[in-house]
Amino acid sequence: MSIEDLQSAQDQLHSALGKAFLSERVVMRGKDLHYELGRKDWLSVMVYAITGREFSENQIRYMNFMWVATSYPDAGIWPNQATALAGTSRTTPSLSLVAGLALSEARLYGRKPDRRAMDFFYRAAAKLDQGFSLEEVIEKEIEERKVVFGYGRPLVRLDERVAHTLNVITELGLDGGRYFNLALEVHRYLKRTRGLSINIAAISASTMADMDFSTEEYQLFLTLVFVAGMVPCYLDAKGRPEGSFFPVACSNLVYSGVPERSW
Amino acid sequence: MSDNFVLHSSIWREEAAESNPFVASRCFAFGYDVYGEVLPKSSWSEYMLLLFLGEKPSAEAAMLIEKLAIALANPGPREPSVRAAMNGGVGGSVDAASLIAALAVGAGQYGGSHEVALLVEAWNRLGRDLPAWCDYLSHPNRDYREDVWSPIEHPPGFDPHGVECAQPVLQSLEFLAEVSPGRNLIWLFEQRVALEQHTGLPITMSAVAAAAFADLGFSSTQAIMMYLMLRLPGAAVHAMEQEKLGWKKFPAYGQAISIDNDPGELGVPDVSRFEL
Repeated sequence: MSIEDLQSAQDQLHSALGKAFLSERVVMRGKDLHYELGRKDWLSVMVYAITGREFSENQIRYMNFMWVATSYPDAGIWPNQATALAGTSRTTPSLSLVAGLALSEARLYGRKPDRRAMDFFYRAAAKLDQGFSLEEVIEKEIEERKVVFGYGRPLVRLDERVAHTLNVITELGLDGGRYFNLALEVHRYLKRTRGLSINIAAISASTMADMDFSTEEYQLFLTLVFVAGMVPCYLDAKGRPEGSFFPVACSNLVYSGVPERSW
Repeated sequence: MSDNFVLHSSIWREEAAESNPFVASRCFAFGYDVYGEVLPKSSWSEYMLLLFLGEKPSAEAAMLIEKLAIALANPGPREPSVRAAMNGGVGGSVDAASLIAALAVGAGQYGGSHEVALLVEAWNRLGRDLPAWCDYLSHPNRDYREDVWSPIEHPPGFDPHGVECAQPVLQSLEFLAEVSPGRNLIWLFEQRVALEQHTGLPITMSAVAAAAFADLGFSSTQAIMMYLMLRLPGAAVHAMEQEKLGWKKFPAYGQAISIDNDPGELGVPDVSRFEL
């Protein structure tokens, strides 16, 4: 941008995606928030905010299931543990949930693998359209990136969410999409050749790809996906004596560094 | 006492008080007695470098981080991370939230810590090879893969809207290059004009900070953490100042925002029965 552009942008923002005409009305992506969106469920409005598109009832029910199925109220799970530590440290409810949510944008789980799984399906489909075989696409992926995101699982081989999610997808008639079926084909190949299994990241990413979510839209949709599971972790820790959430004794800090020395 | 759950560290060791296994009587950082010896003998800068790098730093390294901390401490209230914190202050958000907002915004790629991290990675990869730097700055997303971070939209370390190098950046670069025990800041000082001619853009404080971190031997992750911390003072003081100034002395941008696809006024529903 030129200096003139910056100067112009100092006091005007045109073509915004929304605006609050305070004391009058609110517009989100061309719709009146209270008249046109006000009777919808919250999740429908959330994905409308993200994509500017409206989804079928079954698609919204599926997305709702994804959120429900990831609401693990277990304080051993890393982001939940941060929320519990916030509770035991007696910080505020919002700061506690923010702490957990911020951690969810992780490398080993959460948002990074989610995006990469969806990205793989988009790239794989494009390669298939160019005439490559599925075997070629997968082997090339493993050769170049060492991994196919969404397959295997670092902590537990069998993902308990998979069966439930597959059944919901079938019940809601969302099992006919190109990317979902591609995900299953990749699973069959990796199972046969490497003993790897599809996990929830591949199922979720492929079904959301079937709904034309971009990777960024997908991440925005998932940002709050752990939050319902965090709430009980916060409340549980808050309800116990302060500082009593898995306290660590000095002797349980195992040191492996240099010996004592003088400054 | 449970042995089931332990934390591992090569940084920190504690000796428990005889009366309470959950209270430390002595704490050691990389072997140094923190409260018995580091506290009375060390400067804050020395202690920070000890924690980050594991060794008592040279006087020159401690001086560099001390001066870098001054250069970075307050980006000023126009800078996005500080403005984010001020949005906390003006509304009376809990104080920590203002700093959390500053950290989140200041973590970005437009002047934030991720831009610094990209540069520190480049320093570690390219060293002081001018053609290699020019090639990288022309194609900073060449090896990009899908990530929570989008591709960067400008050559890292350069102001995409800049015309000439800002004087505070120049002053910081020149002074830090003088005190640095490394050679990267000096190289950046010497090659600044060539790099700016190549990109057509002036360097920013991110570039100076990254060169300083490279001179200190920081990894990209260490640089992110330190950069974020060092910029928090400005966010803190401007958030607190804005809270005192109040909302009447804070920009009300709502009036400057316009939309294209406006369904128009539909009126307020009739709730006269409630006699509001």
